Amino acid sequence: MRPEQKKPDQGKKAARRRLSAKHREWLSGYLFVLPDAIGLLIFLGLPMVLSLVLAVFEVNGFGGYRYVGMANFVRMAKDPLFWSAVRVTAVYAVLLVPLLYVCGLGLALLVQKTNRFNAIMRAMFFAPHMVSLVVVAVVWQFMVVDKIGVINKLTPLLGIAGISFLGDPQFALVTVVFVSLWFLMGFYMLIFLGGLQDIPKEYYEAATIDGAGPFHCFWHVTLPLLKPTSFFVLMVSMVAAVAGAQAFDIIYVMTKGGPANSTSVLIVYIYQQAFSFGAFGYAAAMSSVLVIVLMLVTAIFFAMTKGGRFTYD
Amino acid sequence: MTEVRSSSYPSSSQVTIARILWMLVTAILALMILFPLLWMVSIAFKTPAESFSANLFPERPTLENFKYVLTGVPFLRYMANSFFVSASVTVIALFFHTMAGYALARLRFPGREIIFLAIFSTFLVSLPVIIVPLFVIVRAMGMLNTYAGLIVPAIFNAFGIFLLRQYYLSLPREIEEAAIVDGASYWRIYWSIILPLSRPIMSALAILFFLANWNAFLWPLTVASRADLWVVQVGIANFKSQYSASWNYMMAASTIVAIPTLVLFIIFQRQIMDSLKTSGLK
Repeated sequence: MRPEQKKPDQGKKAARRRLSAKHREWLSGYLFVLPDAIGLLIFLGLPMVLSLVLAVFEVNGFGGYRYVGMANFVRMAKDPLFWSAVRVTAVYAVLLVPLLYVCGLGLALLVQKTNRFNAIMRAMFFAPHMVSLVVVAVVWQFMVVDKIGVINKLTPLLGIAGISFLGDPQFALVTVVFVSLWFLMGFYMLIFLGGLQDIPKEYYEAATIDGAGPFHCFWHVTLPLLKPTSFFVLMVSMVAAVAGAQAFDIIYVMTKGGPANSTSVLIVYIYQQAFSFGAFGYAAAMSSVLVIVLMLVTAIFFAMTKGGRFTYD
Repeated sequence: MTEVRSSSYPSSSQVTIARILWMLVTAILALMILFPLLWMVSIAFKTPAESFSANLFPERPTLENFKYVLTGVPFLRYMANSFFVSASVTVIALFFHTMAGYALARLRFPGREIIFLAIFSTFLVSLPVIIVPLFVIVRAMGMLNTYAGLIVPAIFNAFGIFLLRQYYLSLPREIEEAAIVDGASYWRIYWSIILPLSRPIMSALAILFFLANWNAFLWPLTVASRADLWVVQVGIANFKSQYSASWNYMMAASTIVAIPTLVLFIIFQRQIMDSLKTSGLK
């Protein structure tokens, strides 16, 4: 870390005579940004570009690259497992995102008022988020395990029994969505709490004076004023669901994509193609599609938030 | 919902039935949400015979499971690896990100907006999406199965830079003016003025970075196949495939892995929740 520490100083001393104050500021700016810029370039930018490049190669074993043109994309279009993975990813996202929104907001409203009791409750709601996804997956897997899992001992009380939560393709994806929800909703509760705090109290007072009940207040004051937070939550949770930020760990540990590929989201399928079958080119082709989709989403995100939320000085 | 939104605040003596009901519902919900974690700890203290029973409190609590997991499996080694990797990433990332955040927020130089846009463009790209090309790059750099391979790629993320930049934008201009008049270098301003001022956000970020890396699974799984480089998360995933029939061992191991982060959470609860609450892009 020493060299970075010295550079701006050296640059300044050597250049004090020759460089104007303006140029000194320029030089310092570049040097300060340099370490992160290089790192991000190598470990984030380059991979994004490389996924496009790798996509037109076939990689055999360790090292041999053969140019195959669009073959990987053609294979993708014809691969029923790829389309199955796209469908599973879509179902995962479509189930999870609205649930996260409703549960996150619901929990936030429940403990919105600032007092000691609510502070403890918030911490308890958030606690699952502090445990690693691997442990979460392990614990839940044992909770829902066939016949002897504690959930299967409780379900007869609800009039249902003998569900194979992870063994039955019909239930496996729903179970994975549920575990993801359990892990994530405390985090989104916090984001919503932040948003709720920003709503001035006067609006509620005015609405109450006008005779609005709690439901009216929620519908006509809270929801409209929560728009920026809602937008953030929906966007981020949608991107996370599609990009598999949390899904991967849970699915990899709980089901490995099974049974019958019913939980094989895109990112798990990509990982298996690359690291189980060594099909790096094919995996990269699929990744590149995801990268492009995410870049587009980020661009929209940036354009839409620039107005009110990000301010340049 | 009446309670939360009512504009008149009832004093603590005015405990209404509605309020008690409200608290009761909240408390029951909280216990339901916590149940899986309580269940994990409960089984960790149960004997193999009892681990199939549905009672939350073990009849004859035992420490045997922990003893077995800690002595039979190199979990201490995995924890040491996790600690070393997480701590290194946190320190280096904070150093680089404060520098970049400071320059992007407070120094004027051509291309600053472009650089920020470029950094922001990686904001939503998560690791799983680029895992294949990233692996190829790290392999080409000869960092497979090394601590460097575990640490270096984990340092760089747009989130930290973004938050710090936002924080520095909010500081008043006058802070550096005197120093600039005195002819202090920008390094000097960063080191002696900006860094001390960023202590609160730095400690929040330090906790977040440490936790994220302690809990990281996918990258360590991919980059280090050698067992002596395994971090706890990889260790427990492998432990699971070996011992999937022995719940008591599994839950003891899970408890050991989860405890450090939960303890950290209990201690730094307020900072963690506050820093996340305000990270909703403000």
